[in-house]
Amino acid sequence: MEELNSLFYGFSVVLTPYNIVLMFVGVFLGIIVGVLPGLGGANGVAILLPLTFAMPPTSAIVMLSCIYWGALFGGAITSILFNIPGEPWSVATTFDGYPMAQNGHAAEALTTSFTSSFFGALCAVIMITFLAPLVARFALKFGPPEFFSVYFLTFCSFIGMGKEKPFKILVSMMLGFGLAAVGMDMVTGTLRLNFGFSELLRGFSFLIAVIGLFGIGEILLCMEEGLEFSGRSARLNLTVVWDTWRRMIRFWGTAIRSMVIGCWLGVTPGGATPASFMAYGVAKRMSKDGADFGTGKLEGVLAPEVANNSAGTSALLPMLALGIPGSPTAAVLLGGLLVWGLQPGPLLFVEKPEFVWGLIASMYLGNIATLILCLTCVPVFAAILRVPFSIIAPVIIVVCAIGAYTVNNAVYDIWYMLMFGVFGYVFKKLDYPLAPLVLALVLGDAAESAFRQSMLLAQGDLRIFFSNWLVGSITGLALFALFWPIVARGLVALRASRVGATAA
Amino acid sequence: MAEDPNRSSTSGPSTRAIEIFIALFTFALGAIMVFDSRRLGAGWAFDGPQPGYFPFYIGLIICFASLANLATAIVERHQRLVVFVEWARLRQVMKMLVPAALFVGAIPLIGIYVATTVYLAGFMIWVGRYAWYKGIVVGLGTSVFFFLMFEVWFKVPLPKGAYHFLRYLGY
Repeated sequence: MEELNSLFYGFSVVLTPYNIVLMFVGVFLGIIVGVLPGLGGANGVAILLPLTFAMPPTSAIVMLSCIYWGALFGGAITSILFNIPGEPWSVATTFDGYPMAQNGHAAEALTTSFTSSFFGALCAVIMITFLAPLVARFALKFGPPEFFSVYFLTFCSFIGMGKEKPFKILVSMMLGFGLAAVGMDMVTGTLRLNFGFSELLRGFSFLIAVIGLFGIGEILLCMEEGLEFSGRSARLNLTVVWDTWRRMIRFWGTAIRSMVIGCWLGVTPGGATPASFMAYGVAKRMSKDGADFGTGKLEGVLAPEVANNSAGTSALLPMLALGIPGSPTAAVLLGGLLVWGLQPGPLLFVEKPEFVWGLIASMYLGNIATLILCLTCVPVFAAILRVPFSIIAPVIIVVCAIGAYTVNNAVYDIWYMLMFGVFGYVFKKLDYPLAPLVLALVLGDAAESAFRQSMLLAQGDLRIFFSNWLVGSITGLALFALFWPIVARGLVALRASRVGATAA
Repeated sequence: MAEDPNRSSTSGPSTRAIEIFIALFTFALGAIMVFDSRRLGAGWAFDGPQPGYFPFYIGLIICFASLANLATAIVERHQRLVVFVEWARLRQVMKMLVPAALFVGAIPLIGIYVATTVYLAGFMIWVGRYAWYKGIVVGLGTSVFFFLMFEVWFKVPLPKGAYHFLRYLGY
């Protein structure tokens, strides 16, 4: 049990009073970020990233990942009490969570959601503990073609599994690659796509893009919809928590199914949002009172919450083990690691074990801290949403502006942020997905250099991506994921024509 | 739809028009990438791929996918009747965006703290319709809090502007 030894070593690294205080501060900030509209896991971490530059890397990443846990849990508070999903991945939680609150069972709904989140996250962390070192050891054998094929798989599965139109996903992703190419070429030092503007020498920072696209874009959307917060109040006490826990045990089957869905979609870059919808759908189909879903069923809150947290957490597995983030927030965390000169990927497990295992240990502790804070402080967080939108909105804009400025200490970055905000607003309204753009922007340089090195090895021959069984099967899987929409449509058409034939 | 009496209040640019515009826009971005990559050289030099090698193909894919989106937008004629955003709601969005742009524009001049105070107070008074003293209290309070948090606790300097009002405090 080498992993267990490493894990306990990790606990010994993390368990200092300073780190524990940071953990609670991070979780607290994270829940606030999750509750506020316009601020989410990705841009919350992006904005707070510069504050951690002065800390030692392990403490900083502990705080940043705790912000992430807080945001993952916190999104549910607004879904249940206000019928406003604080995060895209808690949309499915509103289906049964808000009706429960309307029926006067807000406390039960919240307890269910926090406990399920905790269960989902815990299972995913256990999976990371045992699987990540294996994946990393395996990936040590990877060369440039293998790495490029994994990147290729990541991006193809976005196209294949996204619910948006494939060409819109493709455009948005390629724009990300395009933005990543702006500025200095890493290999030759040539300036690309800057058209003589010296401001573009450094290229676009993806942190600015994240803050603009998700933060400002979201605020503009909220403003358009004329958000009026009118919510239920809730107070949790021990009897309610205890009773709900006893009721939840009956749904262990649903919990395990949702957890598997979440872990699977989290590792492959499907992300937390589709996972929560899929888990809700599966739970509805499998449950014996599935027809009553949507009227305030405990099971309907449990399923999406288990799934979105296990997906959100397991998205960190490919980030840690391969250096390929599975979600925008994981991408921002990866960006944070790069700032400290820590290149996530297989080598990190060998070179900085104290950091990796400290982070994994902090995932266990962070989730416990989040559960405690959530169960005890719900009224405080709900009160935040009672602050009128015309006060909250400009404050969020100011916070975003400060976050954008501190990335590079450049005022024109704030303009870029505003520009990205307008694009985020329009793209969101037209169903162009933003996550692929952000991931491509983060991974652009790495993917490009993997591709160029492979091409150098093979003298421009694309067959290198099928040159051995390993790289060939990854590339094959990627192509399968890429053309999955066409295959699926073909299957549906085939079935429909068969049904049509029998009906006629 | 034509006899809808509320038509004037629910009018606005159609989703189809915006779809077409965005498809053309992304096509233009792709085309720029293709041309700039050609300028830098998108082929092979003696030491391997030239700098434009990768962006060239990315640009081509953007152009191709944008054309596909353009075709979809043109074919889906029913989207012509779907309003992208009603004018009244667009005005709401502008109420957010224009002050935000003014705020960003003011930062290099008066610094982020003064700009924040004015922006928050102004937004609350004109958009939120609060009493003027409430706006000023919230604006000042927030920017003092940010000042303490960034300059004092976390020691992250923020822009103070060309007219550096805070220099008398020693910051």
